[in-house]
Amino acid sequence: MTRLVSKVPPGPLEEKWSYYKSHQNLVNPANKRKLDIIVVGTGLAGGAAAASLGELGFNVKNFCYQDSPRRAHSIAAQGGINAAKNYQNDGDSIYRLFYDTIKGGDYRAREGNVYRLAEVSNLIIDQCVAQGVPFAREYGGLLDNRSFGGAQVSRTFYARGQTGQQLLLGAYSSLSRQVKKGTVKLYPREEMQDLVIIDGKARGIITRDLITGELHRHFAHAVVIATGGYGNVFFLSTNAMGSNGSALWQIYKRGAYFGNPCFTQIHPTCIPVHGDYQSKLTLMSESLRNDGRIWVPKRKEDAEALRHGKLRPTQIKEEDRDYYLERRYPAFGNLVPRDVASRAAKERCDAGFGVGETGLAVFLDFADAIGRLGKSAIEERYGNLFQMYEKIVDENPYENPMMIYPAVHYTMGGIWVDYELMSTIPGCFVLGEANFSDHGANRLGASALMQGLADGYFVIPYTIQNYLSSEIRTARISTDKEEFAAAGKQVADRLEKLMSIKGKQTVDDFHKRLGRIMWEYVGMGRNEAGLKKAVGMIQELRQEFWQDVRIPGTMHELNTELEKANRVADFLELGELMALDALNRNESCGGHFREEFQTDEGEALRDDANYAYVAAWEYQGDGKHELHKEVLEYEFIEVKQRNYK
Amino acid sequence: MDLKLKIWRQKNAKSGGRFEKYQVKGISPNCSFLEMLDILNEQLVRSGQEPVAFDHDCREGICGMCSLYINGKPHGPDKAITTCQLHMRKFKDGDTITIEPWRSRAFPVIRDLMVDRYAFDRIIQAGGYISVNAGGAQDANAMPVPKYQADLSMDAAACIGCGACVAACKNASAMLFVSAKVSQFALLPQGRPEAVERVRNMVKSMDEAGFGNCTNTGACEAECPKEIKLTNIARLNREFFNSKVCAETRKAAVFAG
Repeated sequence: MTRLVSKVPPGPLEEKWSYYKSHQNLVNPANKRKLDIIVVGTGLAGGAAAASLGELGFNVKNFCYQDSPRRAHSIAAQGGINAAKNYQNDGDSIYRLFYDTIKGGDYRAREGNVYRLAEVSNLIIDQCVAQGVPFAREYGGLLDNRSFGGAQVSRTFYARGQTGQQLLLGAYSSLSRQVKKGTVKLYPREEMQDLVIIDGKARGIITRDLITGELHRHFAHAVVIATGGYGNVFFLSTNAMGSNGSALWQIYKRGAYFGNPCFTQIHPTCIPVHGDYQSKLTLMSESLRNDGRIWVPKRKEDAEALRHGKLRPTQIKEEDRDYYLERRYPAFGNLVPRDVASRAAKERCDAGFGVGETGLAVFLDFADAIGRLGKSAIEERYGNLFQMYEKIVDENPYENPMMIYPAVHYTMGGIWVDYELMSTIPGCFVLGEANFSDHGANRLGASALMQGLADGYFVIPYTIQNYLSSEIRTARISTDKEEFAAAGKQVADRLEKLMSIKGKQTVDDFHKRLGRIMWEYVGMGRNEAGLKKAVGMIQELRQEFWQDVRIPGTMHELNTELEKANRVADFLELGELMALDALNRNESCGGHFREEFQTDEGEALRDDANYAYVAAWEYQGDGKHELHKEVLEYEFIEVKQRNYK
Repeated sequence: MDLKLKIWRQKNAKSGGRFEKYQVKGISPNCSFLEMLDILNEQLVRSGQEPVAFDHDCREGICGMCSLYINGKPHGPDKAITTCQLHMRKFKDGDTITIEPWRSRAFPVIRDLMVDRYAFDRIIQAGGYISVNAGGAQDANAMPVPKYQADLSMDAAACIGCGACVAACKNASAMLFVSAKVSQFALLPQGRPEAVERVRNMVKSMDEAGFGNCTNTGACEAECPKEIKLTNIARLNREFFNSKVCAETRKAAVFAG
């Protein structure tokens, strides 16, 4: 238990980060050149970290599985990025952004980390504008803002519906500048396979060149993991096809603790599932809830008729519509946090009021907004989203309401890190969605971009120096050393084992089956019996996988099936840990909804007396996991039941 | 619907390639094009053959990883979308669909339908950025930018770097890609201080990579999934011309001083 030290600096909340920065150790410029840092992942967290560490003068090696760093899935974030600028004069402040984030996370995040996030949020906007990110502006030339779920102020900066793209390309530009300068070396299409630990410290990684199949060894004085979330454990999610949890699982097996693995965000506004051939789900930005109104019919007969195409949604009269979010949560209406909106949609559909062919959809209607603001205003705000919807669904959302349903989107859980973003393995840092740190049990919209860039531009460049200052005498270690050889052999053995199975079922067969188990029992509603069942089913499926998966070709060439199998093998273990964590947490909080624990009105019922802690799991080998607890103490805010009514 | 597929297969960059014929049956019109290829690949793996390798990732039209030359058009027959957003309802039962990789000397084939687009990264590394380190920026609202200018900059910045412009061009020119990045920064006050060096270095890198020249056919604009405008190429040309003039003037100023 002594290993779980959060290292949050002393003093008042608003002085902690300043205190840290003025008391930490730094590395002088001459020594920076002698220190190597590996960054895995090139998204907002990884790309920004690699660029910033390169700017400081460290030698950075930056890896991604895609063909270019610009493809990382941060690019798909649509709606925006929060910052406490208070440009709108609507009462925003660093404290309020901090408070909204802690409350939105249902009081399961660390105060010190979240306050720092809110504090550096303003620097991010300054930095991005300086980089040439074309944020939306008003006619006077100043930056525009929009509102997002879980907040009563307009603090979200955006670039049409492509904010993630623009921020990522900003980080990619800075990264490219460092590549040109020679401080960063890029390794695209090269995937991490294992972490190498020497004398208890992270000292490098084993990678696989995805084009040639060769395994490579890379040394560094510190390793930074920024590989995003593990939502693809559900098979169907809004993540990219290649997004995976393998780097996290590798370092977990090497001793990093896994924090709150069961905290998954189900996003309320996604395009509903339409067939079993479906490969992924598409998100419709939460910003749409600014102007769209969510409803289902009041009468089951109408829902039935809509499902069978006997009625058009526009034929349902105003008084026959149930705007259930506005009804249940008058204060926040359609802008309640994501977990609340998702559960409310599920509740209506489970009760028989769902629409769409499958009955698993609700309407998101823009008729009011188009009437109020005109079609062109709506087009300006959401044009590309409407186009995307029309291409996928083949219906015009300007004329008919959109149909949406919740889908897996983000994982708040991740590797446990301290205030310095270091895991329980010295020298192994984890940033962005890959760590557990800032969003508690539920993330508010427009906060993922904020956290990724905060970690990458403004936190790790400081905190990593505190660690590296004691490494300046460590000479570069040869990758011929036995620890590298042993890790390399372990990786090769595993790949050979996968190739040698030569079974009958494809990797996707297994992944889809795992996804169905996860969605059914470890999804939006969880209960003890279901979770126990899921654990058993996943164990059986895992066994079957290692006996019957079929991978064609060889491991010494480009082999997309082997890449997938390697990732699914890890998901088959991670999924079980998620179920175990959900089973342990006998309360409902944020995105984790245990059906046994709810109020009379169907809201999440937290148990602060027993579960106000971070569940940090330690790998014990052989499929065993041990639970450690970091108790969350709230010194500065009062913990309340969330109320969006 | 049932479809016949003619797909380019190539083991690696060094080996030769050829078209192979395949059939897929019972494809739903709501299926996306890449999901149709998933179905084909599942079929191939089950029958002991190697799947068709193709690039893809986000599958929502923004990462720029997917490519494919479908029936002679980059990203297929539909307008203003990437291959991953193309749906099978755009085809008819019984159609034969020909699928090839991007064709350009600067984008060598890696395997089957995958190509190497690192030349694009190199062009950005040559100058596709504003030189600002993390931490030193002034307040974001200290420098107002006229809305129409910011909007034009955003139009250009929407480029996803997929390479369809190169694939569509008979000269395999990368001018639309380069002009989009040059324009994004040229239109913003933050981008002006380095405008001269940026355009010269990016154009130099583009030429070195072996991309062809622009002859204003407009095929790139017609096929661009993000509808990047040809006017950006005009702006690129002007910026490039200016950079030559400016450089001469600057030199003259130095000598005179």
